[in-house]
Amino acid sequence: MTQPITRSASRRAPYDGIVVTTPVSIPYVRFSTRGAHWWIGRALAALVRDSGLSKDRFDGVCATSMSLAPDTAVGIVQHHGLTPRWLDFIPMGGVTGVVAMRRAARAVQAGDADIVACVAGDTNHIDSFRQGLENFSQFGKDAVYPVGTGGPNASFAFLTDYYMRTYGARREDFGKMCVAQRENALAYPHALFKAPLTLEQYMTARPIAEPVHLFDCVMPCAGAEAYLVMREDEARGLGLSFGRILGTIERHNAFPDDPVQYRGGWAMDGGELYGMAGVSPDDIDFFETYDDYPVINMLQFEDLGFCAKGEAPDFVRSHTMTTGGSFPINTSGGQLSVGQAGGAGGFLGTVEAIRQVTGQALGRPVPDAKIGLVGGFGMISYDRGVCSAAAILAAGD
Amino acid sequence: MAAPLKKPKRKNPVLRTRAPMLPPAPRSRISLGLTSGAARGVFELQVCRDCGAVQYPPREACKECLSDRLDWTPHSGRGELVAHTTLRHAMENYFRERLPWRLGIVKLDNDGPHEAPSLIVHVHGDCAEPPARVRIRAMLDRSGQAVLLALPEKDTPHMSDDPQMRELTCDPKFRKVFVTDGKGPVGQAVVKAMIAAGSDLVWVGEAAPWKKIPGFEEIAALPEVTMVDLDVTNPDSVKRCAGQIGPKVDILVNTAEQHRAYTVGGRYGTENARAEMEINYFGLLRLAQEFGPVMMSRGADTETNAVAWVNILSIFALANKPDQSTFSASKAAAHSLAQAMRAGMHRSGVRVINLYPGPLDVEWNQELRPPKVTPAALARAIVGALQGGAEDVYPGDVAKDWYERWRRDPKVLERELAHGE
Repeated sequence: MTQPITRSASRRAPYDGIVVTTPVSIPYVRFSTRGAHWWIGRALAALVRDSGLSKDRFDGVCATSMSLAPDTAVGIVQHHGLTPRWLDFIPMGGVTGVVAMRRAARAVQAGDADIVACVAGDTNHIDSFRQGLENFSQFGKDAVYPVGTGGPNASFAFLTDYYMRTYGARREDFGKMCVAQRENALAYPHALFKAPLTLEQYMTARPIAEPVHLFDCVMPCAGAEAYLVMREDEARGLGLSFGRILGTIERHNAFPDDPVQYRGGWAMDGGELYGMAGVSPDDIDFFETYDDYPVINMLQFEDLGFCAKGEAPDFVRSHTMTTGGSFPINTSGGQLSVGQAGGAGGFLGTVEAIRQVTGQALGRPVPDAKIGLVGGFGMISYDRGVCSAAAILAAGD
Repeated sequence: MAAPLKKPKRKNPVLRTRAPMLPPAPRSRISLGLTSGAARGVFELQVCRDCGAVQYPPREACKECLSDRLDWTPHSGRGELVAHTTLRHAMENYFRERLPWRLGIVKLDNDGPHEAPSLIVHVHGDCAEPPARVRIRAMLDRSGQAVLLALPEKDTPHMSDDPQMRELTCDPKFRKVFVTDGKGPVGQAVVKAMIAAGSDLVWVGEAAPWKKIPGFEEIAALPEVTMVDLDVTNPDSVKRCAGQIGPKVDILVNTAEQHRAYTVGGRYGTENARAEMEINYFGLLRLAQEFGPVMMSRGADTETNAVAWVNILSIFALANKPDQSTFSASKAAAHSLAQAMRAGMHRSGVRVINLYPGPLDVEWNQELRPPKVTPAALARAIVGALQGGAEDVYPGDVAKDWYERWRRDPKVLERELAHGE
C-alpha cells in the first residue's frame, strides 16, 4: 500500500530502554465551568491511580495547555504540589503529544529524570475559544484575526481549496475519512459525538468556510490527556504494560516559501523517522493522524510515505479506514469525532496509540496492532501550521 | 461583476438603528507601519535594506538575513490569488453581521532576490476563482486599521459597489452629505463633486444669506441641494442646524474657513487671529460637539450609514508658514483637534479624513507664486479619499513637497521656512 521512502542514514541514538505507559484521558465536555488546572489535576490524579505511583515519584513534568494563562508548567507544579527536577512547557498545540514524548524520553535516558508525567489539559468556557484566537500569535493578531477569519476554519479552507484544485480531491474523499472516524468513535466512550454519521449527512452539511463544511471542523471542548515516560525496568517493576518509542521527528516552519501549505515538515524528515525506527510504511498497523480538518490527513499520508504527493485522494478511495479496515486511522475517532480539547488535542493520538500497542483500547482495538504511527501538526500562527511531528510506537513485548 | 447598488429605500424610523460593531483593532506596534501607509492610500511592505527580502506579516527582523533594517517601501501589489474561501460563519460580530465574506491567500509576484510572501486578504467579488491575477491595496477598515484587499487586475463596472469594498471606503454614492459652507469657491466645488460622485442629497450651509457670491445661485438651484442656515461661530446656530439635519448626515465636509495672510508683526493686535480661531478651530469644535455624537450613533445604520467627517486643514498646519502666521496656527490647532476627533469617532466606524492642501488658488493667496491648488482639484482629492480609503491627503505639489521634508526632518523644514524657502 506504500510508496518507497528513502531511509536516511541517521546518527540519532535510539530510545533504547525507554518506554511510554499509563495512557489516561479525562472525559471531554463541550463547555466546562472548571479552570484548566482542574483538568490537569484530574489527569495527574489518573496517572497516580493507574500507575500506582505517588505523585512525589514524578520527578519530571512536561506540560501543555492553551487555557492556562498566565500560568505555565511552573504554575502547574506549585498548584498540584509537585517537586520535579526536570520541567518543560511546550505551547505547541497539535505536536505536543509527540514532542513531549521525545523530550521526556531523552531526559529519562540521560538520567535527568526518572519518571516524567506528560500532561495536556484545557478548559473551554463560553467565548474562551474566540479569546484564544484573538490572542493566538502576533502574526495572527496583525494579519489574520482582523480580516475576519478568526480561526482555523478559514485557514484550513485555504489549504483545502488549494489542495482540491491542485490534486483533484473531492468532498466525498474527505467525507469518507470523517465517516470512518465517526464509526471508530462510536465505540470510544469519551467521544463527544455519539451519533453515527453518514456520507449523505456529511455532504449536505452547512458550509462554514467553503469548501469546509460542518463535519470538516473539530469541536472545541475541554478535556485532558496524559501518559508517563520511564525506563523499561521501572515499568516492569511496577507491572505496567508499555510501548516502545521506535522513532520520532519534529520540524518547525518547514517549506516557508510554499505559497499555500500543501506539505508539512514530515516531507523533510519522514525518511529519518522510518530510518530511525527501522520499519517502513508497510509495517504500520494503524495511523493516528493529526486531524483537526480532514485535508491534513491527506498531507500526512503523502508526506509520511503511504502514497506520493497528490495521490492521497486515490489512496483514500482505495482503503477502508475504520479500526478493522485496510488502513485504520484515528482509532478512537480522532479529534473530528472526539473533540478538540485545546492542547490535549495534540495528545489524543499519542495516548490512543499507546493504548492500541499495549492492548488497552477503550474502543475497538486494531486487530494485532504491533506498530502505530502518530502524526502531530500545530499552530497556525499565520497562514499555515508551523509545527509538525511524528512518532512510531511499538508494542512492548 | 458587482451588482450596481440600488438607491436604498427610506429608512423605517420605527426600527432600531443597528449599533456600530467594529472589526478587531489590536495590532502590534511594528505592524502599524501598514496602517501608516494605508492612511495615505499607499500599500507599503517592509523590505530588507540588506538583502532585499519583502516581509509579511510585519516583522522586527528580516526572515532571510535577520537584519533589523526593514524599510516600509511602496509595493506594486501585483500577485496571484492562489486560494480562497467564503466565510459563512464568523467569531466576531462585525463579520457575523456582514456574511458571506470572501477571503483569500495572494502570493505576491517575486520582484526581488527572495521568494515574495503570501498575504491573507479580503477578496473583491469581481476577482476570478483562483488562480487569478489580482492587485493588492492596503485599506483602512472601520476600526481605522490597515487590512489588505485583493482587487481584480483591471477595474470592473460598479466595482466600488461591492459590499466588502464599500465597507472599506466612504463612497458618497447614495449618501447624504453636509457641506458646512457652500458660499466660497471651495464649498461650491465640493458640492458639485459630491453630486457627481453619486450623493443624492447635499445640505449646504450658508452663514450670511445677504452676501451675493458669484456661482452660488447656480449651486443653490441644483435639485440635490438644500440650503441650511449655519454660522459656525454661533453656538445656537450650530445646535439648531444639528437638530435639523444631524441625524441624517452620512458625510460631513467642513469647508468653513477664515483666512488672512499676515506675519506676526504684520497686523497689530489679535483680532484677525481671533477670527481665524473662531471659525477654523472653535467652529470645528462646535461642529464636532453637535454633529459628532449623532453621526457616531449611525456608524452602521443600513448601507448608507454615517461614514466620514472631512476636515480641510492646510499643509501649514504641520509647519508654520511665517507670512500666514496666524492662519497656520489656527490650522495647527484644528489638526490637533482632528487627531482627538479620530480617537473618539473611530469607535463608531466613522472615519475622520484630513486634507492638508498646499496653498489654494483663492484670494488670500494672491501673492503666492504657483503651484496652487484649484478648488476643483481639492474637491477631487476629497472624493478620491472617500472612494479610495485614505484618511490623510496632501493635495498639490507644495503639500507633497512639504510633507516629504516634514517627514524627513521637521527642524530642517522650520529653518528653511524661516529663511523664506
